[in-house]
Amino acid sequence: MAEATANGLGQPVLHAGHAHEGPTTGVAQAEVHQEHPIKLYMVVWAWLFILSTCSYMVDYLGIHGYLRWSLILIFMILKAGLIVAVFMHMAWERLALTYAIILPPVLILVFVAMMLFESDYTLLTRISFFGAGP
Amino acid sequence: MAETALTHTNQTQARPAGLQGIAADWSSDQRAFKNVSWGKAMMWIFLLSDTFIFGCFLLSYMSARISTRVPWPNPSEVFALRIGGSDIPLILIAIMTFVLISSSGTMAMAVNFGYRRDRRKTAILMLLTAALGATFVGMQAFEWTKLITEAVRPWGNPWGAAQFGSTFFMITGFHGTHVTIGVIFLIIVARKVWRGDYDVGRPGFFTSRRGRYENVEIMGLYWHFVDLVWVFIFAFFYLW
Repeated sequence: MAEATANGLGQPVLHAGHAHEGPTTGVAQAEVHQEHPIKLYMVVWAWLFILSTCSYMVDYLGIHGYLRWSLILIFMILKAGLIVAVFMHMAWERLALTYAIILPPVLILVFVAMMLFESDYTLLTRISFFGAGP
Repeated sequence: MAETALTHTNQTQARPAGLQGIAADWSSDQRAFKNVSWGKAMMWIFLLSDTFIFGCFLLSYMSARISTRVPWPNPSEVFALRIGGSDIPLILIAIMTFVLISSSGTMAMAVNFGYRRDRRKTAILMLLTAALGATFVGMQAFEWTKLITEAVRPWGNPWGAAQFGSTFFMITGFHGTHVTIGVIFLIIVARKVWRGDYDVGRPGFFTSRRGRYENVEIMGLYWHFVDLVWVFIFAFFYLW
């Protein structure tokens, strides 16, 4: 399983579980530890700080409109990606687990699209019954 | 895990990678997550379900905000703090974000030192994580107090759409609860690490299963998830 967990980001130290060697640890042999250089975590940590500062600056500098929304989303996705990939070690897991966990939340976007139409319709009916905002 | 029943897979053969690997891993009545223990897999699945909970919260917030005729209060002004005679927008939220990210960093290092069997450093880093988490909750309590004294209620507020209060208290309250639970569990796991439970495989108090240093990583998954949720709340609720 070593080939699935190695990648270019760092040199993961892969070895079988060794917490308690006994006659029944047959499966544990196949499990791998997620052990990576401290430096990698430091770099990611620094990037999370930079990205958070950037997203805060979006508000501080008063950027508005589509630029604001796209910047917020970009910084958000980058931060979320770094946390999941490196801190939660998803980058080194086998694809079977990655897809099982990452794909279902993406489907929430379908729900988002449905609710966008629904809430636009709600707003429309509210305006037509009550008039525009007070 | 010693307790996991092994439906037999030929461990000596290299498993296919990529899309073929997904199909091969999921098929033929076998264990799907090959090199992940049940504990870690279950934590991931729990986090997946939690993702849906927070997803639905943010979704209902989106619907409420879009569908109201009344203007939404400007979070940049609502969450501003007066420091040194001038209003600094969102400053408390920014500090909270940095505190939570820092706690994620210390947690990642704790996992690392756990696998290196450095009990002292692992426990200290976990306690530091817990302290940062508690700081976060403290600042959130301060923020809630400030808004409540400014007459923000779940059913109304002085600045605009009434839904602002309900979504705010609902989303940040649920997230704060998660952080609080995380702090409690961090302290429990840190105590186990400090005592050397994971070196001798001492049975846990709840499941009576033998603990391993992987428990620190599983704890870390939960903690990073809490940080992850905050990334989305920060973007959608505070910045949008």
